[in-house]
Amino acid sequence: MTRMAAGQRHRLRFVLNGAAVDRECEPRMLLTDFIRHEIGATGTHVGCEHGVCGACTVSIDGRPARACLTLALQAEGCEVRTVESLAGGPDRLGVLQAAFRRNHALQCGFCTAGILMSLDTLLARRPDATEAEIRDVLTGHLCRCTGYAPIVKAALEAAAELKGETSREPVDA
Amino acid sequence: MNVNAAASPGIAAPWVGRSVPRVEDPALLTGRGRFIDDLGVRPGTLHAAILRSPHAHANIVSIDIEAAKQARGVAAVLTGNDIKALTASLVVGVKAPVECWPIAVGRVRYVGEPVAIVVAESRYLAEDAVDLIDAQYDALPAVIDPLRTMEAEAPLLHEGFPNNIASDRRFKYGDPDRVFAEAPHTIAVTIRYPRNSCTPIETYGIVAEYDSGEQAFDVLANFQGPFSIHAVLSRALKVPGNRLRLRTPPDSGGSFGVKQGVFPYIVLIAAAARATGRPVKWIEDRLEHLTASVSATNRATTLRAAVTGEGRILALDWDQVEDCGAHLRAPEPATLYRMHGNLTGAYDIGHVAVRNRVVVTNKTPTGLNRGFGGPQVYFALERLVQRIAVELKLDPLDVITRNLVPSGAFPYRTAPGALLDSGDYQQALARGIREGGLAELRKRRDEARAEGRIYGIGFAAVVEPSVSNMGYITTVLTAAERRKAGPKNGAQATATISIDPVGSVTVHVASVPQGQGHRTVLAQVVADVLGLTPADIRVNAEIDTAKDAWSIASGNYASRFAPAVAGTTKLAAERLAARLARVAASTLNTETDDIAFAGGFALSKRNPDNRIAFSRIAALSHWSPGALPDDVGQTIRETVFWTPPELTPPDDSDHINSSLCYGFIFDFCGVEIDRVTLQTRIDRYVTMHDCGTILHPAMVDGQVRGGFAQAVGAALYEEYAYAPDGSFLTGTFADYLLPTVAEVPEPIILHMQTPSPFTPLGSKGVGEGNCMSTPVCIANAVADALGVENIELPLLPARLAETLRGAETPAPTGTAKAKDAPKGGRKLIGEGTATVRASPEQIWKMLLDPMTLQAVIPGCHDVRKISETHFRADVTLGVGPVKGRYRATVTLSDLDQPHGVTLTGTAEGALGFGSGKGRITLVPGENGGTTVRYVYEAEIGGKVASIGGRLLDGAARVVIGQFFAALARQAGGSAASQSIVASAMAGIRRLFGGRR
Repeated sequence: MTRMAAGQRHRLRFVLNGAAVDRECEPRMLLTDFIRHEIGATGTHVGCEHGVCGACTVSIDGRPARACLTLALQAEGCEVRTVESLAGGPDRLGVLQAAFRRNHALQCGFCTAGILMSLDTLLARRPDATEAEIRDVLTGHLCRCTGYAPIVKAALEAAAELKGETSREPVDA
Repeated sequence: MNVNAAASPGIAAPWVGRSVPRVEDPALLTGRGRFIDDLGVRPGTLHAAILRSPHAHANIVSIDIEAAKQARGVAAVLTGNDIKALTASLVVGVKAPVECWPIAVGRVRYVGEPVAIVVAESRYLAEDAVDLIDAQYDALPAVIDPLRTMEAEAPLLHEGFPNNIASDRRFKYGDPDRVFAEAPHTIAVTIRYPRNSCTPIETYGIVAEYDSGEQAFDVLANFQGPFSIHAVLSRALKVPGNRLRLRTPPDSGGSFGVKQGVFPYIVLIAAAARATGRPVKWIEDRLEHLTASVSATNRATTLRAAVTGEGRILALDWDQVEDCGAHLRAPEPATLYRMHGNLTGAYDIGHVAVRNRVVVTNKTPTGLNRGFGGPQVYFALERLVQRIAVELKLDPLDVITRNLVPSGAFPYRTAPGALLDSGDYQQALARGIREGGLAELRKRRDEARAEGRIYGIGFAAVVEPSVSNMGYITTVLTAAERRKAGPKNGAQATATISIDPVGSVTVHVASVPQGQGHRTVLAQVVADVLGLTPADIRVNAEIDTAKDAWSIASGNYASRFAPAVAGTTKLAAERLAARLARVAASTLNTETDDIAFAGGFALSKRNPDNRIAFSRIAALSHWSPGALPDDVGQTIRETVFWTPPELTPPDDSDHINSSLCYGFIFDFCGVEIDRVTLQTRIDRYVTMHDCGTILHPAMVDGQVRGGFAQAVGAALYEEYAYAPDGSFLTGTFADYLLPTVAEVPEPIILHMQTPSPFTPLGSKGVGEGNCMSTPVCIANAVADALGVENIELPLLPARLAETLRGAETPAPTGTAKAKDAPKGGRKLIGEGTATVRASPEQIWKMLLDPMTLQAVIPGCHDVRKISETHFRADVTLGVGPVKGRYRATVTLSDLDQPHGVTLTGTAEGALGFGSGKGRITLVPGENGGTTVRYVYEAEIGGKVASIGGRLLDGAARVVIGQFFAALARQAGGSAASQSIVASAMAGIRRLFGGRR
C-alpha cells in the first residue's frame, strides 16, 4: 500500500468529465471538496458526509461512488464523471434530465445530482434494468421534497427512451 | 430556453392552472444551481468550525484556547465571553428575565451547544484547531422530559424560568365548565408527541462580513424567513436595521421551516467576522445539523372532550405542555400558538378550555418545522375522535361527519377565534370516500382479518392553516401585556414588477423559495395579466434587505406563497396593467376600458386589429415620459404591499384569527402489521385536499407527496432521540432514519377547489397539510388494527412489541453483560483474543511501558506515566463522521504479573466522554507466543454517543485490532489478529467520513 505523508501535497491526475486534471492536494482532502472547491465543479453536492444521503454520488470508472467517502487521491488515474457531464450540450438536457423535468422529479434540486449519477451509471450498465432494480438503486438516495414517486416515473420513462422503446423530440434546456 | 414548448399558444387559455415545466429545472439538473456553498467567496475569506458541548447540562469550568490559537492557519478562537462582548442577547419570546445567547456563556444546556468558534484559513485547519481546545466541564443533572422538568427536584435551566416553566396561560371560550359538568360522556386522550425534523438535505450556510468604517454587516445566509428575525438579528448585533444587510442565495436545498433556525449562527458568524475583520464562512455539517440545528417541539398533551351518546363533541379541554428545548428562541413559543384559532380542527365545537404551558429541557432549542404545531395538535384531536368512536361503539367516520363544520356556514368563526374562510367539508368527505374507494378498502380489511392478518383503517380530518397572522404569537401574552406592547397583527406580502427600457418584465418577490417553484408560478400569474407568455417574464425570488421591498412577514413559511405572495404579485401586475392601458388607449385612440393585453400586444377589444406591441407601450415610460398621459405617472416599477384585513390582533378575550386561509384535508388509509416482525406497512393511502384555487397542479401534487413522505417518516421511523442523561442518540442518517423510496407508498391524491374569498387568486396554502394529517391517520389505522388505546410515534416495531407483548424480559442475571443497565449514553461491551509471537513476560513489560504504549495505541500522541499504575494519554480517534481528540487516564489494578491486569479509565474530549473497565489476560501459547484475552465494558456520552451502536462496536473492534497488530509488530512478531477484526475494518473504512 502506498504511504502518503499527511502534511504534504501530492500530485493527482485523473479525468473529470472528459478533461484531464493535473493538480496537487493533501491526502486528507475529500473528493467532494476537491472537485467542488479546487476545480469548481459545484454540481455535486454534500448532504451528510457519511455516505448515507447519496447527494454526492459520482461515477468513478463507470461505477457509482460516494464522493464524500472518497479521498481525492483515490481518484488517481480514474475516469470521474459528475452531473455536469450528463447534458448533450450547454443548452441541452440529456434523456434522464429531460425526464426529470417533465415529471417534476425535483424540487429544491439539492439531492438531484447524486440521483442522476446513480441512475445514469445503472442504465449504462443495465439498459434493461427493471423497475425493481431502479427502485433498489434509488434506495441509496434521500430526497426530502418529492416523495420519490415522480423520480421513479422519470427513471422508468428515461430507461424506456434510452432502450429505444419510445422516442421524444430533443428538449432545449 | 422555452418553457412553453409543451403548451399551446392559445390567447384565451390562462397560464395559471397549467403544469408548465419549471424555469428552475435546467440549472438544477445540469449542476449549475447556485446554492450557498456553490457561490465562491471573496479572497481572504476565513472558515469557521465550532466546538460543541458533549454534555447536556454542565458548568464550563475552563476553556483553554492557547494551543488552538497557535495552530496553523488560525486567525481567531472565540468563546462565549468574546461573543457576549460583541453582541446582545437574542430576544426571548416571553416576558421573563432570561438571556439567550447563540453560544454557551458559562454553562451548557444541551448536547451540541456551541462552546467556541475557531476561524482559520480553511475548514480543515479550523477543525484541526477545534481539537486542540481544552474545555473542562462540571457536569450537572439533566432533564429531558417535559413533565418531569416541571417537578420541584428537576434541575433548573434558567433562573428566570421558575420550575423550568417559561409560560403558563389558561384560556376559556364559551362555557366549557358547564358543558363538561352536564355532558353525558367525557372522553380523554393523553399523548406524547415526539421530536423530529424535516431535515433538508442542504445544511445551514453563512458568509458574513463587517465593514468597520460604516459599522455595518453584510450577511449571505440560506435563511428562509420570517424576516421578523431581521429585527432580532440587528438587535443582537447591536446595529440599526439599515446596517445589517441580509441576503439569500439564488437556490436553497430544502428548508421545510428548518432554515429559520440558522439565525443564531448568523449572529455567531457575523460576530466572528467583526472580531477578525475578515469575511467568515461557515457551512454546517450533518452531525451538527441533526444534533443542534433546530427541532420541532415535542409535546405532552391531555385532551378531554364532552360528548353526547351519538358522538357529538360539545366542548374540548386542552392541556398542552410544549417542550421548546434549552432556550426559548424567537419565534417560539409560536409552535404552540400557531394553531390556537383552529384548536377545534374541522369541527363545530362551541366551548373550549385551554391550558398552555411552555417548558425548557436539556435538548436542542426548537423552531419552525413543516406542519408547525399541526402534527402535535391533530395527533391529539384525531386520536380523540377515534377514541370517541371506540368508547361509544360508533363508526369513526360517523363521529367525524357529525361534528364537521356545516357546509354553508362559511366564513365560520371558531370558538377560539379563527375565521375559516371557505370549504365544503361534507362534500370533500363524500368525494374522498367514493373516489378513494373506502368500500373496497373495508372489504380488504375484512378479508385480511378473516385470514388472521392484522389490518386496520384510520381516518383524519384536519384544517390546514396558511398565511400566519404575525400577531398570533402575542396570544401568549396576557391582554394587559399586549396593551402595553402595542397590538401586533397582519402579514405584509410584497411584490414588485419592473419594466426595463426594451419593455421586458421582471418580477421580484420576497418569498425565498427552497425548491417550491415560485419563479415558475409567478411567471404564469404575470403572463396572464399582461397578455404575455411565462417565458417573457423573469422572476427573482431572492432577498437583499438593503435593496428590496420586504417586511417582517417576508419569507417562505406558513404556506403563504400561493395565497399571499402570488396574490400580491397579481395585484402588482394589475396595477401596472391599468396604467399601461391608459398609455395604450391614448396611443390607439380609444378608451382605457377598451384595452386588453393578449398575445404580446395591447389591443382594442372592439377592434383587435388596432394594436401595438406590449414592449413598445411598456418602454415608453423610459424613452418619452413626457408623451404619457398626465395621470399615468410612471409605468417603470410597481410595488404592492398587501396585508389581509381579516388578520386582526387578539382581542381582550384572547380570540385570535391565527391564519388567513384554512384548507381542508380528509385522509384515510389501510395498514397491515406483520404478525411476527410488527412492521407497519401502508397498504393504501388516500388524501383529499381542498386548497382553494390550484395555480400549478403538478406543484401542488409535489407538495402533497413531499409532505406525505415526511409524515410517513414521522409516523414510522423518525425521532430525535435522547438518552436519559441528555446524550443525543441520532446524530447520523444511519440513526435518524429518513424514509427512502422503499418505504414511501404512492398516495392517492384527490382534489376539490373551493376558492378562498380572502386571497387575490382564491388559492390557499397546501405545503404542510399532510405533515398534520398523515401521522395521526396512520396511528389511527394502527390503533384500529391492534385494538390498542395508546399509540406513540414513531411506530417502531420494538415499541409496538412493548405495547402488545409487554416489556421485554430482562436478560438472565449473573452474566457480566447484563449486570447493570446503562444510566444514559451508550454502552459498549466486547471481548476477544489475539495471538502475539512474544512471551507473556515480554508483553507484560510492553503494556506497562509508556514509550511502547504510545507507539502501539492507535492515534496516540502522548503517554505520561504518573505512577507505576497510573497513566495519562492524548488520543485521536474517529468513528464515522465523529473524529476527535480525547484525554484519557488509565489506572492499573489487580496486577498478576505476567498473567493479567485490569485497566480502569476515563476519557474526555470535545466530542464526548466515557469511562470503562477492561481485563487483559496473557496465556502462554504455542511456539513461545502468547494468547491475549480481553474483555471490556465502557459507557460513553456526548457527541460520540450519537453514533449508532453498530458503528461504535465496529469501531471499537477496529481500534482494538489495530492495537494488537501494532503490539505484535512492536514485539517483533507478526500479527495473528482475528479475522473478525479484519472484516470489520473493511466495513468501517467505508464509513469513515469527516473532513479529514
